[in-house]
Amino acid sequence: MSEGAKRGWRDLPAGALILEAGNAERYFTGDWRTQRPVIDLQKCTHCMLCWFFCPDSAIRVSQAKVEGVDLDHCKGCGICAAVCPVKIRAISMVEETQALRAGKDRE
Amino acid sequence: MTRVVALTGNQAAAEAMRQIRPEVCAAYPITPSTQVMETFAQFVADGRVDTELIPVESEHSAMSACVGAAAAGARVMTATSSQGLALMHEVLYVASGLRLPVVMAVATRALSAPINIHGDHSDAMGSRDAGWIQLYAEDAQEVYDTLLQAVRIAEHPQVLLPVMVCFDGFTTSHTIERLVILEDAEARAFVGEYQPAHPLLDLKRPVTYGPLVLPDYYTEIKRQQREAMDHAPGVIREVGKAFGERFGRFYGLLEAFHLQDAEVALLLMGSAAGTVKGVVEGLRQEGIKAGVLRLRAFRPIPAREVAAALAPLKAVAVLDRADSVGSPGGPLFTDLRAALGELPVRPRMVDYVYGLGGRDLLPEDVRRVYSRLVRLAAGEGEDEAVCQYLTVREAPRPLSPVGGA
Repeated sequence: MSEGAKRGWRDLPAGALILEAGNAERYFTGDWRTQRPVIDLQKCTHCMLCWFFCPDSAIRVSQAKVEGVDLDHCKGCGICAAVCPVKIRAISMVEETQALRAGKDRE
Repeated sequence: MTRVVALTGNQAAAEAMRQIRPEVCAAYPITPSTQVMETFAQFVADGRVDTELIPVESEHSAMSACVGAAAAGARVMTATSSQGLALMHEVLYVASGLRLPVVMAVATRALSAPINIHGDHSDAMGSRDAGWIQLYAEDAQEVYDTLLQAVRIAEHPQVLLPVMVCFDGFTTSHTIERLVILEDAEARAFVGEYQPAHPLLDLKRPVTYGPLVLPDYYTEIKRQQREAMDHAPGVIREVGKAFGERFGRFYGLLEAFHLQDAEVALLLMGSAAGTVKGVVEGLRQEGIKAGVLRLRAFRPIPAREVAAALAPLKAVAVLDRADSVGSPGGPLFTDLRAALGELPVRPRMVDYVYGLGGRDLLPEDVRRVYSRLVRLAAGEGEDEAVCQYLTVREAPRPLSPVGGA
């Protein structure tokens, strides 16, 4: 959204179609967040429930292991924390102000 | 070889649809358009057309299915009337906003309440700002011819807007008329193949339809729709001319009848034009310089063409088959008065609301309007209202054995 000038009406695709796939990645929704998930990787069993349920594909995974949260896109909805198995409880939601105050802008 | 047949306006519409062979039709029955899809469903059942016919549970769903199928890349058609069109209302804007060239036959009918199944233009007028092209046919032949043209108009790359082909409920939809049907191959060749620019089902070139568009882009997308509608008059004329060159029946934005040297004229749309033309022939024999201007296109409104045609006249009356209560007149009147507003010298202009809920427009009603126009043309002053109801009972009228209003 922020890159370059905004196009005039003659240069936009008719009907507001988006002709390029996958560009949602360039739209940062992380600044909508008031709470953020913090994952305790010591407790995490890598069951992938949070990855499966996250509506913004914001759970970072590598080699079938949960690595953390993509805070550029995580809206802080808390679904990951809610689906994390009761016995594990590896994800807790932390107030964004508290996280920012702690200077933890990135996990 | 063309065929000369006797069909209702609805059957003529179904015949055009069979020849157009849309890939998808989604529809829900409603009087008086039911017979369009009923006839078409029979064609599908008999294997005479290979359209995917989707029976849905409401008109809202019908138009939604049409939108989905059109976005997928299909050529899509449907039909409706009255409450059905009203129920489609929000989805009409989706079809035009996504620039999907859906074509819909609308057998125009009054809206409830009070409930009434007969013809007037209230339903279609309620959709006039939905971003659809609206063409109004006078008779069954024009319904058939216009549907064939509508597909080309809608799919034209500079237009890409949905089109309604409107015709008067019962008067045109249910009256059996003699008309000419083209050979299937001729009709199909005229309509041509549809090449959607961005079909949703093209997995190699994925696209997104219907994203959220916020204040930073919404205006630009709406501006594109105005541009597309601005291209429509030229395309309607071009397609109407191509149709005429091939099949002998020419169409444009307007139909002028005895207008060349006219001093007074009526402006209207739809089937009542036949009655008015008949009256004009009589008036001409009496030496009255009367004419008729029938609008075939209401959206886009051919403002410049109407203004040019009417500039030399002395007095004109608009016949509105729907009211717009709270406005200075019916919807056609307010648009045409605005169209004439640019002229340095204008004819005097009055409005009559007529034919609501299927009420007949009789030759004597039309004569009464021309008489007033003749007085206005002579410069006579008057204290009559600019907008009046033409076919309304002002006082009790004894029952007549032959019925009537």
